[in-house]
Amino acid sequence: METLAARFRRWRRGEAAAGLSLVSPTLLYALLLLAAPLATIVAFSFWTQDYLTIDRSFTLANYKEAWSDPLYRELMTRSVAISATVTLVTVVLAFPIAYFVSFHVAPEKKSRWIFLITIPFWTSYLLRVFLWKVILGYNGVLNSGLIGLGLIDEPLTFILYNVNAVVITLAHAWAPFAILPIFVALEKIDRSLLEAAQDLGENRVTTFLRVTLPLAMPGVVAATLIVFIPTIGDYVTPRLVGGPDGLMIANMIQVQFMRLNNAPLGATLAISAMFIVGAISLLFLWLNRRFLKVRQ
Amino acid sequence: MRKRISGLGIYAVAYLVFLYLPVVLLPLFAFNDATIIAFPLSGFTTAWFGQLLEIEALHAAVVNSLWIGVTTAVLSTILGICAARASARFEFPAKRGIMGLIMLPLVLPEIIVAVSLLVVLLGIGIELSSWTVILGHVLICTPFSIAILNSAFLALDRSLEEAAYDLGETRWSTFRLITLPLVMPGIISSLLISFTISLDEFIIAFFLSAAEPTLPVYIWGQLRFPTKIPAIMALGTILVALSILLLAIAEYFRRRGIARTGGKDTGGFL
Amino acid sequence: MNDAMIALRDVHKYYGDYHALRGISADIRPGEFFSLLGPSGCGKTTLLRVIAGFEDVNSGSLMIDGRHMEEVAPNKRPTNMVFQSYAIFPHLSVAQNVGFGLRRLPIDEAEKTRRIGEALEMVGLAGFGERAATALSGGQRQRVALARALILKPKVLLLDEPLSALDKKLRENMQVELIKLQRQVGITFILVTHDQEEALVMSDRIAVMFDGGIAQLDDPETLYRRPKTRAVADFIGVMNFLPATVTGEGDGYQIEMPGLGRASLTADQAPGAASGGPASVGLRPETLTVLFEGQRGEREVEALVEEVVYYGDMTYYDMRIEGVDDPITLSMRNVPGRDVLERGAKARLGWSPGALVLFR
Repeated sequence: METLAARFRRWRRGEAAAGLSLVSPTLLYALLLLAAPLATIVAFSFWTQDYLTIDRSFTLANYKEAWSDPLYRELMTRSVAISATVTLVTVVLAFPIAYFVSFHVAPEKKSRWIFLITIPFWTSYLLRVFLWKVILGYNGVLNSGLIGLGLIDEPLTFILYNVNAVVITLAHAWAPFAILPIFVALEKIDRSLLEAAQDLGENRVTTFLRVTLPLAMPGVVAATLIVFIPTIGDYVTPRLVGGPDGLMIANMIQVQFMRLNNAPLGATLAISAMFIVGAISLLFLWLNRRFLKVRQ
Repeated sequence: MRKRISGLGIYAVAYLVFLYLPVVLLPLFAFNDATIIAFPLSGFTTAWFGQLLEIEALHAAVVNSLWIGVTTAVLSTILGICAARASARFEFPAKRGIMGLIMLPLVLPEIIVAVSLLVVLLGIGIELSSWTVILGHVLICTPFSIAILNSAFLALDRSLEEAAYDLGETRWSTFRLITLPLVMPGIISSLLISFTISLDEFIIAFFLSAAEPTLPVYIWGQLRFPTKIPAIMALGTILVALSILLLAIAEYFRRRGIARTGGKDTGGFL
Repeated sequence: MNDAMIALRDVHKYYGDYHALRGISADIRPGEFFSLLGPSGCGKTTLLRVIAGFEDVNSGSLMIDGRHMEEVAPNKRPTNMVFQSYAIFPHLSVAQNVGFGLRRLPIDEAEKTRRIGEALEMVGLAGFGERAATALSGGQRQRVALARALILKPKVLLLDEPLSALDKKLRENMQVELIKLQRQVGITFILVTHDQEEALVMSDRIAVMFDGGIAQLDDPETLYRRPKTRAVADFIGVMNFLPATVTGEGDGYQIEMPGLGRASLTADQAPGAASGGPASVGLRPETLTVLFEGQRGEREVEALVEEVVYYGDMTYYDMRIEGVDDPITLSMRNVPGRDVLERGAKARLGWSPGALVLFR
């Protein structure tokens, strides 16, 4: 049998050692700049701040405040509601176009379509939100265009500086994030499965419902999570187009950190938001697993 | 494929119009001779572009953004090469956990990343500067770099490296002569995409920069001045054109990489 | 003094808990065309990679040309490998591929070019030097892989299922070419394959492997005529198996078979060392004959034709013999003037006890 030294020499030459040493710079970076700061934020949520001094004694006062104060509750609920609405709208609108590119576009043209769809995403997010403000404004592009075409007499006011504007803007921003996972899942479907279904008597609609949609569900689930989780923490959109009624939790977090010098409360709000989002996501995954038998 | 005008096709076109609507406005109103962004249009002018050339603060912000962008691109690509190769090639303990942590910034809201970094940096006593912005940008760009490079490394036939090794090369020279040339298109894509992300990124730069703003932070500052808006449209047009150009180059290299190694085009970066 | 080119002694290899190589011992002679043959998962590719240096061993020794190799890295071993996917570098030309290993040698450019030209000519690809590697067919890629490996004049050439990706005609041509190449170059070739016909055609000796161990190591004829176990007999060629009882032992064996009666076997007809009790015998299809009018056989038996399969040059019959549970397969060469029997026809078969192989 092998000696211990020989085994160690073999291990050092082997995969695990090579893999770990190769990934170590990146891992170290993530540990120092992601894991440690996140842990610090968690710690902060249990401390209190008085102007510039941090009191490190453990307390749950921040959490009590965050979860019971009506202002924060309203903000949190609104943020979750907006995220959920945006997710629903985005994913539902994304599915048909993902389906179109996967099933109705010639293979050599597919990457061109995907490229076209993703270009707007790569331009400055800030600019895109600002442009929606310009589009939806009282004297903005949409109103002036509709008035010029004679379709309305008075400018529409329900489209800017409220929740509607936030939803429209975010749905636009997250569209490619929803399209891509659904597209990938649809591409993976073996086309001969669909042909088999039709051979066995299904028509186009029932084939879609019984074969295509279930097989695409992993992509739909991925798209849902990809849109839902980061949306709740969006800062720019509510700030620019939300008005006083459309602000979200990230705006309050920024205020706590920058203006009110209450980093602990800001941290608490952030952790709470993440916790809620995490819980909803897990619930969503569990529901999918039970009722749709989605394998992730 | 029989070409027919299907309902789905109309929907697809309408969807694309919706996607491009805001972006198309930029050049439209950048050349428009009016201070208000609304219809009807009032004539062609390049005055707004001319205005851009005169603003010193803008130039400083551009230079700053470029410098941050290039540094971010290089650093995240290097970190990405290490992690992607480790992930594609080797099995090691806690691999899923480690990769999960590294890729976490992809799903975390940026504000969480920004405030947690801010808290820690201030707590340690590090002053905010372009370097703190770079630290944050590298954190969020590395997962993208890994995603791109991972597929490049996976597409690489493992026996190519073994063959080089068998024929007498060392691990390092194998990497240099065989691996690197074959993943070079992925590396270039990673550099371009990281640069583009960094260039456009706002929240982290907003929280972690001090006296020297990046371009997006500068634009944010200008947004509350109505008279500055047309110039912002002009600036936006340039930025969008630049981003599209960089992406087209990245896509070109991606396709060339596939042709060079005789692989199959699966469409898209990820 | 062992003058084997490759000496393996009790080599064990584990992947975690999985015992991939179980005590492999073998000697491979210099200049021999040696094959590792077995079904998927038997460990043959693992063994090849152990010899190449891409896999470690947990215990046991490996010597190549008299030197221990356990601690030697693949790039320092006197072996070169032709990979199953050929591993042609796609970003280099054919000449750059073939000359890749010359980079580290202290020879000048002119000499390199000369050697590359020589190598290309040896594999029949003269003039292909400037082509892009991606513009080659499967067979051409394989030749480039061969040239690239042989140009370095290794002591041993390792080939990992080199012909499995080629279609039948091309495969048969390449088999002949590889044999010629090996004779021309004169070095040890070790070939991994799951195709027993291929191994029989090309090899000087074959190691048949199952489940991580070598079941039998012999030249093709011995493997075919005197397989040691049922598994080996079944894997190589087609074999009919009949139950038998050993009724007596001594210099040879006395056996009794249902349907065929008694027979007397010599000792070498039981290469796997049978002993008393229930056993089985094997009979190759070509050792049975259909006897026509006036023909006699050493032993004879009546049978009914159950199935006929016509192959062009041969016909295979499934024959029902009374007392034997399973049909017996018999092959006859299609000679002009000889009729092909029909299903349901009665036939008289001739067979010889000397063709039986006894298994425990």
